[in-house]
Amino acid sequence: MRSNLMFSYCVDPETLSGVKWLSCYLTTTKHSNLYYSFITVMVLLAITAPTALAFGFAGATAARSRILPLRWFGKGYISIVRGVPDIAFFLFFVIALDQAFEYVRHRIKCPDWSEPVRQGNDFVVCQAAKLPLGEAPQWVHETYGFFIAVLTFAIVFGAFAANVLFGAMRAVPRAQIETAEAYGMSPRQSFWRILVPQMWVYALPGLSNLWMVLTKATPLLFLLGVEDIVYWARELGGTALPRFTDYPHGDWRMWYFLALLVFYLGLTKVSEVFLERLMTRLTHGQATTGGESQRKAAA
Amino acid sequence: MKKLVVSALALALSSGLAMAKDKTVRLGTEGAYAPYNFINDAGEVDGFEREVGDELCARAELTCEWVTNEWDSIIPNLVSGNYDVIIAGMSITAERDEVIDFTQNYTQPDPSAYLATSADADISGGVVAAQSNTIQAAFIAESGNTLVEFATPEETIAAVRNGEADAVLADKAFLTPIAAEDGDLVMLDQEELIGGGVGLGLRESDTELKAKLDAAIQSMKDDGSLNALLEKWEIGPGF
Repeated sequence: MRSNLMFSYCVDPETLSGVKWLSCYLTTTKHSNLYYSFITVMVLLAITAPTALAFGFAGATAARSRILPLRWFGKGYISIVRGVPDIAFFLFFVIALDQAFEYVRHRIKCPDWSEPVRQGNDFVVCQAAKLPLGEAPQWVHETYGFFIAVLTFAIVFGAFAANVLFGAMRAVPRAQIETAEAYGMSPRQSFWRILVPQMWVYALPGLSNLWMVLTKATPLLFLLGVEDIVYWARELGGTALPRFTDYPHGDWRMWYFLALLVFYLGLTKVSEVFLERLMTRLTHGQATTGGESQRKAAA
Repeated sequence: MKKLVVSALALALSSGLAMAKDKTVRLGTEGAYAPYNFINDAGEVDGFEREVGDELCARAELTCEWVTNEWDSIIPNLVSGNYDVIIAGMSITAERDEVIDFTQNYTQPDPSAYLATSADADISGGVVAAQSNTIQAAFIAESGNTLVEFATPEETIAAVRNGEADAVLADKAFLTPIAAEDGDLVMLDQEELIGGGVGLGLRESDTELKAKLDAAIQSMKDDGSLNALLEKWEIGPGF
């Protein structure tokens, strides 16, 4: 078993010590899984954040729609999803979502299937309806799990974002909309040209909180089989007995979690700097105290 | 045009044949319970169950693939079809048997042992750690002790080390190498015989696969290759 492809001197780690041992230890294939999982988490955040924002925007718009059923839908989405605990959502909703997809495919692809889909506790669909197909390689399964995770995160965080945006839309001064109406703008025009550009400044504090929570919510992913950084830190840091590894060590989880702490603090700092700049830009020319003080400083 | 129809038909037929071919059997494990199953330095599933599983698949002529899943959601993900077999040191119990099906056992009922920081640890009325959703956790809950549950086996050991629990109850095969390595931890003399040995978990509707794997386990028992593996990984007595 060659578990290290980086350095040639890592053949017999027992004879090594100090920095050399550490360089071998930190470059095992198992460790590269940890490094890849950082990428997984960053990609997940990069896809989930805009998707959740889109869900939130749609939810908020629906919740303040003039059409009653649409309003019910928007308000129902916001209150139901916000009320369900995340872990319950991840354990049951994701499995239900996956089964719903498979059920629809089952009805389309296997119309002459005679057995029931629900057999006791089992959920049985024909092989052709499986998502992904049973014979698909492992990476397809992992990618599928990843996108199911993105979708679930987007639905959960979208509900919170919808509530934030709903409040932000109401916070825009009524006088602004009245002026738009006086200029003869239609409701659609005043929504897109007046309300939406101005609401972000009210939404940003709430949205930035959501972003911070989202960055730390990724350990929930392992419930779906997606291995994130916390999973690998726990796995690699756990006691490694000499019988089962070339690199035995005690309970080193503290050091791994310390590394995660540094990573998360760094991510928080970068986010804060970015959000601070965004806030300055959004405040510009707004009828808020922030916008007013910017105007005075410039004058 | 005619040619097109014929070739389309041939394509449809051949894809139908491909569908009928044996599908990949996905084996779900935890990957955190050495020597049963763990992730080795190369990042792959390794251990007693890795070898047993690969051998069973070869004997039953199945194409198999390994996946890891958290212990707490290992049964829900099986019944919803995300993988086909649980091979994760799961003891056969009546409670689990209501939800899923088990093959015949491929280990003897392994005694569960206590690991503690001193030989006179209080295991009658004390605080005992166990992994959640295990036979050991159920056993402690029934006994007079106070149960503290953890999601992973590693955390149950850590709880004993830092004094949060007086002792941990787990499979003896899991605790033996830990006790051998760590001078501060001792195995208590008292052992508990719980569970009906470890078996493969399958969906109740998957009778065909169950029959194949049962036959493969039987053949491994008959020719002694299972005993050799049990001995190699030091998992309880042979058959």
